[in-house]
Amino acid sequence: MHHHSDDPAILIDQGQKTFKVARKNFTDPEIFRAEKDRIFERCWLYLGHASELPKPGDFISRTVAGRSILLSRDSKGTLRALLNTCPHRGAQVCRERKGNAKSFQCFYHGWVFGADGKLRSQPGEESYAADFKERDSSNMQPVPRFEIYRDFCFVAFDKNIVPLVDYLAGAKEYLDIVCDQTDAGLSIISGTQEYSIRANWKLLTENSIDGYHALTTHASYFDYLMNTTDGLSGGMGGGYGYDLGNGHAVLEYAAPWGRPVAQWIPAWGEEGKREIERLHQSLTERHGRDRADRIALKNRNLFIFPNLVVNDIMALTVRTYFPLAPDYMLINAWALGPNSESAWARKFRLNNFLEFLGPGGFATPDDAEALEHCQRGFNNAKEAQWNDISKGMGKDRPSHNDELQMRAFWTRWNAMMFPEPVPNLKGVAA
Amino acid sequence: MQTIERSAVEDFLFHEADLLDQWRLPEWLELFTDDATYEVPCTDLPPDALSDVNLFYIADDRFRLGERVKRLMKRTAHAEFPHSKTSRLIGNVRICESGEDGLRVSAKFQTYRTKDGTTDVYFGTANYRLRVNDGELRIRDKRCVLAGDGLRPSGRISIVL
Repeated sequence: MHHHSDDPAILIDQGQKTFKVARKNFTDPEIFRAEKDRIFERCWLYLGHASELPKPGDFISRTVAGRSILLSRDSKGTLRALLNTCPHRGAQVCRERKGNAKSFQCFYHGWVFGADGKLRSQPGEESYAADFKERDSSNMQPVPRFEIYRDFCFVAFDKNIVPLVDYLAGAKEYLDIVCDQTDAGLSIISGTQEYSIRANWKLLTENSIDGYHALTTHASYFDYLMNTTDGLSGGMGGGYGYDLGNGHAVLEYAAPWGRPVAQWIPAWGEEGKREIERLHQSLTERHGRDRADRIALKNRNLFIFPNLVVNDIMALTVRTYFPLAPDYMLINAWALGPNSESAWARKFRLNNFLEFLGPGGFATPDDAEALEHCQRGFNNAKEAQWNDISKGMGKDRPSHNDELQMRAFWTRWNAMMFPEPVPNLKGVAA
Repeated sequence: MQTIERSAVEDFLFHEADLLDQWRLPEWLELFTDDATYEVPCTDLPPDALSDVNLFYIADDRFRLGERVKRLMKRTAHAEFPHSKTSRLIGNVRICESGEDGLRVSAKFQTYRTKDGTTDVYFGTANYRLRVNDGELRIRDKRCVLAGDGLRPSGRISIVL
């Protein structure tokens, strides 16, 4: 790959308090190819949530970093992440998106595998060596690494990657806060939002942790909020951005919308008020007042490097995205909800989700438009070379609407993409 | 109750499509009853899934539908400013049920949307519950069941389907 020291991917000047990102990072096909090897082959990547497979025999087939992966719960209840390819001649063994099965049969030559991926039978067994079925190479192969943290299932294609819990670094604490909002566990709610944006995947990373764009990009959503939440002023409450290590970042802040975890708004009426008070009381009993207030009243946009976003905002979202080209990505998004949630709260949670989030909501389409127009703007990258993400760089404690979070991402991205020391670069987010 | 012919339903749906294509959204909204809903389920859900317990792309009650129209008429609905050009084809119109409560109608839709040199296609089945108010048809429910695989490549539903 051509990468000259006088042509860096990011440019940091602590004296001038500027942090610049080269726009070619979003357009260059060589950078895109290198990201595949240096980022997506070397990170823990979100695969799915354990709640999506409640019973033995449940399975989901999903694509992660270009691989076809079968996530299944075997007869003993253990989750398995298998490469969805027949060890015989390579066909995808499972062709359904989800379901429940005692075994999987490759339709090409009829090999049958258990939910654990082990070869059970194949037509013409007498023509194979006697111990053929006992060989590991006759089984569907597991993904090189598969680990689960609090029901969030991750895979990695690098056998030598650090354990998931170490990889998560400071993001672990924030996942804990999300998971601690209920003692009954969280489940993915049925219905997958599957969409796409004609822009580089890193633009969605940036956008997901960008508190600065909310009031302009989402002006029409705040108009809507004003029409639904009488007595609440529009705008985002004070908060901070945090670099969580390993490229992960979060912004944590107060916001005017209702949170079905336990922030009431007048639009939810007296029934809602009683429910919210009950939820808040229960949180306080389990976690103490301070942590309960943080869980209930603070919003969190949590980014886990390189492509997982867990938003704990007016609803609880899980979003992951993969690039197919420098200027095109596929996005999958789900809603999470507490297992014990009342029908009332579930309905308002989904309402909240849809009025802001998703490709038919009042906000996400405008994000997509912004990202696509950034991508178009990058057509000028030869003459106009740099993005500036220096907002809040001189502050002791950058706000949630500063750009520390993006600097955390780009610093990690740069370290993984260009590990050799490059002049003009300092390897820390400022 | 008077009998409604299919041709009258077709005329009504063609009129609806035309109002949408012309971006006459406030007039389009008047086609809906005060308790109307407009829904687009995610494509991995069964077509009759309920929006109270499943994640949809769109599940508007009449209030949010009104807000959707207000939003789409603003410059700050960035995804649709300037407005995209759209063209809707409505076909295979069928009256599935007709009774005191009104009509259940199903139709196929193909909606083309062009903006910034890119054309997206949305297609599927639109299921309506129609009411007759003073001899005029009104929409009680409209559910657009997309027949594509997710929202790819169209990406988003920033227009009304």
